[in-house]
Amino acid sequence: MKDITEKRYSGGKPKLRRFHQAKWDEPIIFELSNEGERGILIPEVEDRVKTEVGDVLSTIPRNMRRRQLPKLPELSQSRVLRHFIRLSQETLGTDLNIDVGQGTCTMKYSPKINEQLVRMPQMTEIHPLQDEETVQGILEVLYKFEQILKEVSGLDQFSLQPGAGSQAIYANASIIRAYHEARGEADQRNEIITTIFSHPSNAACAKTAGFKIITLYPDEKGYPDLEAFKAAVSERTAGLMITNPEDTGIFNPNIEEIVKVVHKAGGLCSYDQANANGILGITRAREPSFDLCHFNLHKSFSAPHGCGGPAVGAMGVTKELAKFLPVPVIEFDGSKYRLNYDRPESIGKVRSFYGVAPVVLKAYAWVMNLGAEGLKEVAEVAVLNNNYLLKKVLEIRGVSAPYAKGKRRIEQVRYSWEKLTRDTGIHSEEIGIRAADFGVHYWTSHHPFIVPEPCTLEPTESYSKSDLDEYVEILRQVSDEAYTNPKLVKTAPHNSTIHKIHHAPLDDPSQWAMTWRAYRKKVRK
Amino acid sequence: MSKEKPTVYSYIPNSVPKVKNQMLKAVGAKSVEDFFEDIPEKLRLKKKMNLPKPFLSEQSLRRHVEGILSKNKTCQEYLNFLGAGCWQHYVPAVCDEVNQRGEFLTAYAVEPYDDHGRFQALFEFASMMGELLNMDVVNVPTYDWLQAAATSIRMASRITGRHEAYVSRTISADKLSKLRDYCKPEIQVKLLDYDSETGQLDINSLKTGISSKTAAIYFENPSYLGFIEAYGDEISKIAHDHGAICIVGIDPISLGILIPPIDYGADIVCGDIQPLGMHMQFGGGHAGFIATRDEEKYVMEYPSRLFGIAPTSVEGEYGFGDVAYERTSFAVREEGKEFIGTATALWGITAGVYLALIGPQGMQEIGEGIMQRSRYAMSQISNIKGIKSPVFKSTHFKEFVVNFDGTGKTVAEINKALLRHKIFGGKDLTKEFPELGNSALYCVTEVHTKDDIDRLANALMEVVE
Repeated sequence: MKDITEKRYSGGKPKLRRFHQAKWDEPIIFELSNEGERGILIPEVEDRVKTEVGDVLSTIPRNMRRRQLPKLPELSQSRVLRHFIRLSQETLGTDLNIDVGQGTCTMKYSPKINEQLVRMPQMTEIHPLQDEETVQGILEVLYKFEQILKEVSGLDQFSLQPGAGSQAIYANASIIRAYHEARGEADQRNEIITTIFSHPSNAACAKTAGFKIITLYPDEKGYPDLEAFKAAVSERTAGLMITNPEDTGIFNPNIEEIVKVVHKAGGLCSYDQANANGILGITRAREPSFDLCHFNLHKSFSAPHGCGGPAVGAMGVTKELAKFLPVPVIEFDGSKYRLNYDRPESIGKVRSFYGVAPVVLKAYAWVMNLGAEGLKEVAEVAVLNNNYLLKKVLEIRGVSAPYAKGKRRIEQVRYSWEKLTRDTGIHSEEIGIRAADFGVHYWTSHHPFIVPEPCTLEPTESYSKSDLDEYVEILRQVSDEAYTNPKLVKTAPHNSTIHKIHHAPLDDPSQWAMTWRAYRKKVRK
Repeated sequence: MSKEKPTVYSYIPNSVPKVKNQMLKAVGAKSVEDFFEDIPEKLRLKKKMNLPKPFLSEQSLRRHVEGILSKNKTCQEYLNFLGAGCWQHYVPAVCDEVNQRGEFLTAYAVEPYDDHGRFQALFEFASMMGELLNMDVVNVPTYDWLQAAATSIRMASRITGRHEAYVSRTISADKLSKLRDYCKPEIQVKLLDYDSETGQLDINSLKTGISSKTAAIYFENPSYLGFIEAYGDEISKIAHDHGAICIVGIDPISLGILIPPIDYGADIVCGDIQPLGMHMQFGGGHAGFIATRDEEKYVMEYPSRLFGIAPTSVEGEYGFGDVAYERTSFAVREEGKEFIGTATALWGITAGVYLALIGPQGMQEIGEGIMQRSRYAMSQISNIKGIKSPVFKSTHFKEFVVNFDGTGKTVAEINKALLRHKIFGGKDLTKEFPELGNSALYCVTEVHTKDDIDRLANALMEVVE
């Protein structure tokens, strides 16, 4: 037999897979419908019940009765399953790829054991309004996880209710509003200060909560200097909502002084720790005296992202602000866990019941596998991986890491392909689409693109050195192609499920179609 | 003494000391401490975090977590009649099979070139919801019904430029609390009374209150208290006569037998998809949807992502992408509509699977079956001395209010006693609706058999005697 291994990978280049994404050319489910097929049968009502209650449908007020069956597709069970499994195959989950390309998102390994645990009936088949005696187990998990986050952040009390990071930011903004209302200063204090490299939800959620937004921009160090904050603060300041380290992976070393400035002016400070992956056990919200913070359990704490949720944004506050937390709060008297609704100053409900308990359970199990040393190991290795990746990526032609030249970064880096674009005419988005041909994700940046031709990579702790080397080789290959064969990059993707999408109809009200029925009315008449 | 061996963690490949050293060398760092040089010494956590001792092996971790969870009593062991915003419906095996797929479970939110399947699955979810609702636009789901209702009202406020909303008083206290907090910066939320006999929204209170300042009217059908609102046409007409938007919150599992609200004049419809294939999960299975007509003035006010179908460079190939992305906070930060972020996409995909499985016939059968069972339950319970069921003289879907005033016992006492029969009685309404006296909200669905309902009736009879 010939040596097969020698010729592995594309063109014999190590680490470059001859990848092709699954392509099933799958119809829209309505196109698969066959009249009369059934995917699942509904249990019949017993005859005794039927006779006793009579024709129930005729008791519905006439104008409220459905006259025509909904035009749902009709498929037998295996055909439904096959269709959705095929769609799943056309989706590149973290389980499948070296997912360092979705920077800021902390795409780490989500342990399978935790999936098995949340699928136990003791988690799936419990109703949130059951007598507290019958849900002591899950209340214990929620309570204990709050204790864990208190230690991780240094803050005094947590609520796990918000359904994701943005909802937690909104709830924190709501608490800031409630705090100033309680002091009779709500009308005067209507400004929230944030930075452009803080997650856009800090600005958007605070605006939704009724505040005006002041956004500060970085200097060459990568963050606004202390003077910029001093200039922004006034008697109108309600608070500061800031991500640190920011999306550039640069830690703002003036953070304690910034908090002082805001406090002195009478404002509150909220620390966006959605992505705390590089600082677990290293630095906390408490030391620089933040009043509020939040963590995304689907980021730093390993719960899977689920194509965009379900998720949890755990919000933490100081003792002084605890009375404003959403209702209910979980309490423990030494023997029993209970839910306390008697919170007259609470901002009220943020999300139904107590949040997404199964996501908390996954995060709890993850922490309980690692412990204090393990969490710190997570941060240290995530940061080591990032700085290793930084070193390797900067060896690629056309890329740079703007700001803080020569400095180390925390958990991620926002790179720039500005030079490559100038040299080749290839844009960052196009590099990302070509990278998809090798089976990896790639993300540019939140908008606006402050860093020109941006690309944000975050390797987390979940990838090995050889995984990182593989990702770097893909970027190197795409860069080489941009310089030597730009057409190949321009016309990508070549190995994806689909080809280049024509975006114009998506922004045209006369053509856009968000449902199959709208498409049929507008396009396929 | 030998030095303690460093732990190699199974979730952290580069926790192998040799590899760590190689990498440190590669980047010219002495230790990982070099990377944290920008964090001022004062802000460094000097101590080891005080966390519980870990269970490093998967086996011991499983045992630990299972041990805690075993303290929960499930709705498989107990007979459950709780609803009130989280409902026990049957979850088809295929729903679980699809949402545990690692591809969907661990994907996130970037390009359709990597994640075409996610886009198509969510487009199909919206498309099937659209058939159920008879509406052309449905969002990628938000957190839950609370959020969907709150956002619907804020959308209405932006569309009309008005700042007050009327809300039926029969909505849940939790939802009202959410609406008040979320609408506060822009909209005053006012309550509409209900008829004490029938529970129906009081049309006169609406007529008196509504004005040219009203952005929206919000009511639910079936209502939180379980009955069907019969006067949807009249309510929406009053709203429209005053230039207001009519918003209706619905339980999608009722739509095989109940008319879609757009057919009686609703402009925005919202609700929760938890009944469509999500386990209760202690309230973790919720996801909210919002639907409207395909009109630009509505579409442009959604904060959510909306996935649309689009051509690709290859003929006959379906592509997908974000519709009108520029309206979102992802695109324009605080200039966007409210905010967008991670929400509940996996539950959206799962609800799509549910709707594809159940089909048109199934939707009708499940709706009718639920009504038959709940009606049977209402009548069995009402035969018991001192118990009134249902309280309201209206047609009910799956939930209904039971009053225990004539038994001399409180709901709390009755529910405690039912626990001994391994039954979870209905939600105690005495704090939420004090005017209903000693009442509870019971929920009956397709999971209940005649024997289950008879068991409840027998237990209640024993308990109240």
